[in-house]
Amino acid sequence: MTMKFRRILALALLLGLTVSLSALGTAAAKDDTVTINVYNWGQYISDGTDGYIDVNKAFTEATGIQVNYMTYDSNETMYTKLKTGGSSYDVIIPSDYMIARLIREDMLLPLNFDNIPNYEYVGEAYKNTDYDPDNIYSVPYTWGTVGVIYNTKYVDEADTGSWNLLWNEKYSGKILMFDNPRDAFGIAELSLGYSVNTESEAELKAAGDLLVSQKPVVQDYVMDQIFDKMEHEEAWIAPYYAGDYLLMADENEALGFYFPEEGFNFFIDAMCIPTSCQHQAEAEAYINFLCDPAISGENLDYLGYSTPIEGAKEYMDEETAGSDIAYPSDEVLARGQSFLALSTAATQTMDSLWLNVKTTGSSSALIIGIIGLIVVIAACVVFFVLRKQKKARRKNLYSK
Amino acid sequence: MKTASKVFTVAVFIFLYVPMLVLGIASFNSVSDVVVFRGFTFDNYKALFQDSVLLPLLLNSIIISVIASLAATVLGTAATLGIQRMGKRLRRVTMFMTNIPLTNPEIVTGVSLALLFAFVGQALKINSIMGFWTLLIAHITFNLPYVILSVQPKLTQMDPNLTSAALDLGCTPVQAFFKVVLHEIFPGIVSGALMAFTMSLDDFVISYFVYGPNFVTLPVEIYNYTKKPLHPKIYALFTLLFLVILLMMVVMNVLQARDTARHRNPRLRKSGGPIN
Amino acid sequence: MKRQFLSGPYILWMVLFTIIPLAIVVYYAFTDSITGAFTLKNLAAMGTYLPIFLRSIWLAVVSALICLVLGYPVAWCIAQAGPRAQRFLYMLVMLPMCISFLLRTLAWVSLLEDTGIINNLLGRLGIGPLRLVRNDGAVILGMVYNYLPYMIMPLYTVIMKIDHRLVEAAQDLGCGGSQVFLRVTLPLSVPGIISGVTMVFVPAVSTFYISQKLGGTTSTMIGDVIESQFKTAYNPNLGAALSLVLMILVLACIAVMNRFTGDDESVATI
Repeated sequence: MTMKFRRILALALLLGLTVSLSALGTAAAKDDTVTINVYNWGQYISDGTDGYIDVNKAFTEATGIQVNYMTYDSNETMYTKLKTGGSSYDVIIPSDYMIARLIREDMLLPLNFDNIPNYEYVGEAYKNTDYDPDNIYSVPYTWGTVGVIYNTKYVDEADTGSWNLLWNEKYSGKILMFDNPRDAFGIAELSLGYSVNTESEAELKAAGDLLVSQKPVVQDYVMDQIFDKMEHEEAWIAPYYAGDYLLMADENEALGFYFPEEGFNFFIDAMCIPTSCQHQAEAEAYINFLCDPAISGENLDYLGYSTPIEGAKEYMDEETAGSDIAYPSDEVLARGQSFLALSTAATQTMDSLWLNVKTTGSSSALIIGIIGLIVVIAACVVFFVLRKQKKARRKNLYSK
Repeated sequence: MKTASKVFTVAVFIFLYVPMLVLGIASFNSVSDVVVFRGFTFDNYKALFQDSVLLPLLLNSIIISVIASLAATVLGTAATLGIQRMGKRLRRVTMFMTNIPLTNPEIVTGVSLALLFAFVGQALKINSIMGFWTLLIAHITFNLPYVILSVQPKLTQMDPNLTSAALDLGCTPVQAFFKVVLHEIFPGIVSGALMAFTMSLDDFVISYFVYGPNFVTLPVEIYNYTKKPLHPKIYALFTLLFLVILLMMVVMNVLQARDTARHRNPRLRKSGGPIN
Repeated sequence: MKRQFLSGPYILWMVLFTIIPLAIVVYYAFTDSITGAFTLKNLAAMGTYLPIFLRSIWLAVVSALICLVLGYPVAWCIAQAGPRAQRFLYMLVMLPMCISFLLRTLAWVSLLEDTGIINNLLGRLGIGPLRLVRNDGAVILGMVYNYLPYMIMPLYTVIMKIDHRLVEAAQDLGCGGSQVFLRVTLPLSVPGIISGVTMVFVPAVSTFYISQKLGGTTSTMIGDVIESQFKTAYNPNLGAALSLVLMILVLACIAVMNRFTGDDESVATI
């Protein structure tokens, strides 16, 4: 290796190191502004696309606080992230039943409502809820519903109306399903006529069996991957949140939506502060900002979910504010059921049943696989044993 | 048989590069779609350069890779030198330990480190332990075996008499070390460092288990992106990275070729002296 | 200064960050997730996951064999080329490995989907959409695609080192092309074959991303289950137990393979 080559290499290394360390240095130096870590659902804040408001940017401009925005795709993922520790978040936005569970496990900080004056705009119907009866730990962000999205071009209208469309073999391979246990079991329980909060082992098992029976027709278990799949018509039927349907319908006008007759899930997603928070006052400023009627209106105008803030509708498009999917009539809402937190034992049962649903496979392929495996291993063993014998024989031959 | 295998090789190379082509074309697509090509545009590249999220992540990846590979190179080279002088049993144990991260599935390494850090975090009551340092530790840990396995062959191939010759000619032990040993194992060090850098840059599985919200690398964030609709500027980033790395490799290839040519042809040697 | 002590920091590092974490995995595997008491429950659950283990092994073995069939001719061909061409081709083989395998796998999804590129082309020819993705075949394709370079590299390294005089000697003694290959090249390249198969098998059996994207709902692999226990369902104990079994399985396979290469050669050739 010549001197010149070595010199070039050494220079390159030195350059790389200097760049890295200086980048690290500037990153560290920038830390006199406060940055909060916000952990929210994916596709759940207006980020400036299509000319709508960029909420995080607006917040930074208004308060000078930087936002490090991260997303999760289900309550359970968020819970696991918090539980495995090692990550500090300042604001999280879980669903009702998960908030109840977090409160029960002492993972939330009580809010200082002096820092959240905009709380007065929250509608009365969304205060004093089952999950946070004394309004200590949470401030509502959105409320919404779950229903069935389907592609009107390929799905027969006659097949719609009930949850059983998701089990219909006519559309095998074109049906998507929720990839989190609560939503999936909720659908199964409603189909069987049970309460979505049942803790009976027998009923949970029946729901689990129903979900296993659905597997042959399911294309995939998804959360936010559903957007691409439905818009590009890779799949035709999926249960999902009403607000996301409105987003998808903008991209593909052939999509339709309905609230199944057996009932559906009604949820409230609310903002909380976990105990690992590093900047509580700034986190509360963020929560306060999102409760501003103008911000909530413009944000949810894009998202399609429903606002719990009074006066926010004035800032929305008339079409969105009047949509009967985003704001269904009381008659329809009466069929909605909220999730409550389940006991630890019931949660464990549901988790293991869900794991069973996700991992059951076709057994016939497996048998072929096992036989094939045994054949391959046997062939290898035979081959190598013969080889060793040949070697030994040859050695004997030459050593004589 | 030679032409048949040549055709086969070309087919395999096409197979290897088809996805790059698909993503490259998608990066110029005017619609956010990989399947249907609607129109040619540079908009995605423009969006990429105005983006404030992806480029800092790329920088993060590069920072971690550079620091981890350098640290692993220093530590690993020192280790190789020490291992060579070990007794047989200790050497076997050490080499077994070195092979563990290599032979273990990446997911097991990632899981074990995640559990270690969670354990330490709970014990020390630190809530936000996962971050830059845990990521760096993990990267150095899986880079070390590559460095050692690159340097070791060069060290064992080295003629031990060279060091004695240098000492005889008047070098101090330190000088002998730098001028002889280091010079001989340098190619191994370089290839080990490069291998470590490459492995770190695109590492996903291990980083996925030990990263924290304050320091995210590009592959991990791409995984998070794949859980929601992808913006085509990612394809633009990917295509650019591909071209940059291709260019770097071509340049290194050319440099190495010129280097060996110079070695072979005595008339091309610049500095005098028989050994260079 | 005794040179042995140069390796001191390294040994300390490995003990701290390789040995101790594995001990912690064992600890979690034998601990109950809620009470923290010693339990064999997690390992007992292995029985229910046996089909998944077998499926993972089966898919990984098939992928390794396909990689071998595809990779051997390529490695042989590269080894026959001139030195400059060899370097260039080797670099071309390694290049895909440096670039995000997540995106490359996603590209395959776009190619194979029902509304994907291949089905679009077939549709123009009048052939109905074929189910190319979301089955075990697609998972094998993804694994072969991602791990083929890992097979080609050790094979090429070994084939390149075969003393050409042996080949010439065989030809002098009257062997035809295929006989030279079967009796000289192939047996001498066995260490490379074993190394390559190992380097493909280990990541293939433990992958989770490929089966998530390309596999169907019935193609769950052991990596998927481990990942879900750490990322979506909070059960690190079960995850640790699964990881432990996976690790023992892989070590067993490698030990078996090592016995067949001969006594001194280690399996991990770079």
